[in-house]
Amino acid sequence: MAFKASVWMDGGDRVSAPQGRLDRRDFMKSVTGVLTGVLVSSVPFASLLPSTAWAVDLTALTGAEGLALTAMIKTIAPHDGLDDAAYAMVVGAIDRGATTPEAVQSLKAGIASLGDGFMSAPESARVERLKSIENTAFFQSTRVTTLMVLYANPFAYAHFGYEGEAFSKGGYLTRGFNDLRWLPEVPLEASGPLPF
Amino acid sequence: MPRYALDDDSVAVIIGSGAGGGTMAHELTRRGLKVVLLEAGRRESPASFSQNIGEAFGQLTWLEPRSQSGTWDAVHTSPNMPAWHCRTVGGTTVHWTAATPRLQEYEIRARSTYGEVAGTSLVDWPMEYAELKRWYFAAERRMGVTRRHGLPGMPANNNFKVLYAGARKVGYKRVHTNYLAINSKARDDRGGCIQQGFCVQGCKTAAKWSTLYTEIPRAEATGRLDLRTSCFATRIEHGADGRANAVVYRDANGHEQRQKARLVCLAGNSIESARLLLLSASGRFPNGLANGSDQVGRNYCHHLTSFVWGIFDKPVYAWRGTTLAGVVEDENVHDPRRGFVGGYHLELVALDLPSWPLAGLPYGWGRDYASIIDNYRNVSGILINGEDMSRPDNRITLSTTVKDSSGLPSAHIHCDTHPNDIALRDHARQQGRRIYEAVGAKRIVVSEGSTATHQMGTARMSVDPATGVTNPYGRAHEVPNLFLSDGSVLPTPGAANPTLTIVSLALRQAEHIGKELAAGRI
Repeated sequence: MAFKASVWMDGGDRVSAPQGRLDRRDFMKSVTGVLTGVLVSSVPFASLLPSTAWAVDLTALTGAEGLALTAMIKTIAPHDGLDDAAYAMVVGAIDRGATTPEAVQSLKAGIASLGDGFMSAPESARVERLKSIENTAFFQSTRVTTLMVLYANPFAYAHFGYEGEAFSKGGYLTRGFNDLRWLPEVPLEASGPLPF
Repeated sequence: MPRYALDDDSVAVIIGSGAGGGTMAHELTRRGLKVVLLEAGRRESPASFSQNIGEAFGQLTWLEPRSQSGTWDAVHTSPNMPAWHCRTVGGTTVHWTAATPRLQEYEIRARSTYGEVAGTSLVDWPMEYAELKRWYFAAERRMGVTRRHGLPGMPANNNFKVLYAGARKVGYKRVHTNYLAINSKARDDRGGCIQQGFCVQGCKTAAKWSTLYTEIPRAEATGRLDLRTSCFATRIEHGADGRANAVVYRDANGHEQRQKARLVCLAGNSIESARLLLLSASGRFPNGLANGSDQVGRNYCHHLTSFVWGIFDKPVYAWRGTTLAGVVEDENVHDPRRGFVGGYHLELVALDLPSWPLAGLPYGWGRDYASIIDNYRNVSGILINGEDMSRPDNRITLSTTVKDSSGLPSAHIHCDTHPNDIALRDHARQQGRRIYEAVGAKRIVVSEGSTATHQMGTARMSVDPATGVTNPYGRAHEVPNLFLSDGSVLPTPGAANPTLTIVSLALRQAEHIGKELAAGRI
């Protein structure tokens, strides 16, 4: 499952609330849990948002299950300083991906298999627990969805310093495509002239 | 735009609108032929290309399911998507990275140069190198390839500065900003590259050559092109005389249509072209259309690929600028002292953040793995692109387990990695490591190959009808008015990214068709 466009949605400069494309009116009826948080002030576009509080509605999982899944995802991809909202987006994607009763049951069973103390255990213990289930479909599908969603949102772009699309700004031609100064410049015969 | 009647048997039908099919559409219409161009995807434009990476992927990609087997990396690195190509007008030229190296003479003499290599089906190409080179010149001028025919090279971006410094310290001589079919300055009614970095999402400025906004509009301007989008070819039919006479397809509404044809050019990408021939089996051609040789689908090649990532303690910002912004050509030679036959390119590469962990990094999780991604600003990358060995059992067959959206058997890809592929890959990884070590990398990460982006070899050209599917012009040995016009005709893959060769052979095939029609031989 290298690529799956349907859950790999938010990128570029499209700043959206963490709940993404959920239509609240449709989903409120069946919301089973909710993850909430407040953006850390270091997120550069936080000041542009109407509120720094966020909430991800869950329609398959309970809030407690969502928190346990968050702990699992943070153990798979621990990035100190990456906003919790990014991790919550992964939980939301996994929750929305469970579209049949069987899938919901299987997801809940996977989370239950982490054990009661998983969330509060130290990272080393969480790693050991995940190693013991590494070959399960639950672990692998959670890992792949983490890779698909965690790095494809504005929180990740800000955290890792990725500038995303540049067409709307005229490209990188005048925005640092050749501003590296810690190595010598390349002779013209191996490159080419600037198109100005 | 004309709309030809379904029973008009004077039209040429082209299946697929990418590098091969889009070029053929232009070349045949300008020679006066009426052309129906069938494209399975929709028509986008530079204005409609999404700049949201996930959306762009969904907008452009061939997403029909496939099955796969074998020992190649994609079985575990990309289990649900063994190959990545496009389904949109312009085909894979919409998302390609525009690297346009030529095959070298030794590569089209693979059997003679390499000698007998156990477990391979190496052959020499059935044409002289001077002939191929003549068409390379024509294609390069058509596409506007940098560093060729007086066009300037691309300016060096940050990523290239790293590659250049490291490669020169290792002793490499042929290191430059690549041969790219991207305008380094405005030409051909298209603007120059603004180094926006999103080559794979579709070029918003059309600086990158694509048949979508070059060959196809020019074919339309002749008044002889009937482009039918969202039309999925499902069968090529033939008459009692053994000549192709119609193409059956599913239209945008899901209805089956049958377009009569004077001749057929098949350019559906090497995997799908082989599948369509196999799906077109008949009483006369029980093993698949034009497959008396049993070579349809065999000798599938995809290039041996792998990534080497150098992580530095200072920023690189590799994503700023063209995707394949440089190349080391020195290893594109045959030198058996290295322990393998054939050669490879070391291509500079940058992946956008969302794609990097999915497509570029090895399997992993946890703090050590995450620390690689933490260094995204400081990473430079090399994509190894090497010649993989042609093997008779590396092949496309009809899947017995997976069906596509119209209920037909999907393509099954079987691919085993040859010991020569592994020796080449290990050598290339070592050289990639040396380049980054020479310039002070604090950490180097090597990944396996991922989804295949170069599809070749499944209907190889040959002089002898017993050993190949088509003659040296891509014309099916057994069906005189059926032409293969994509990468499937390449008898061996060499180490060159295939698009330039596909366009060159299409230009040559179009001239052949023109002459043969004039002489009454088609």
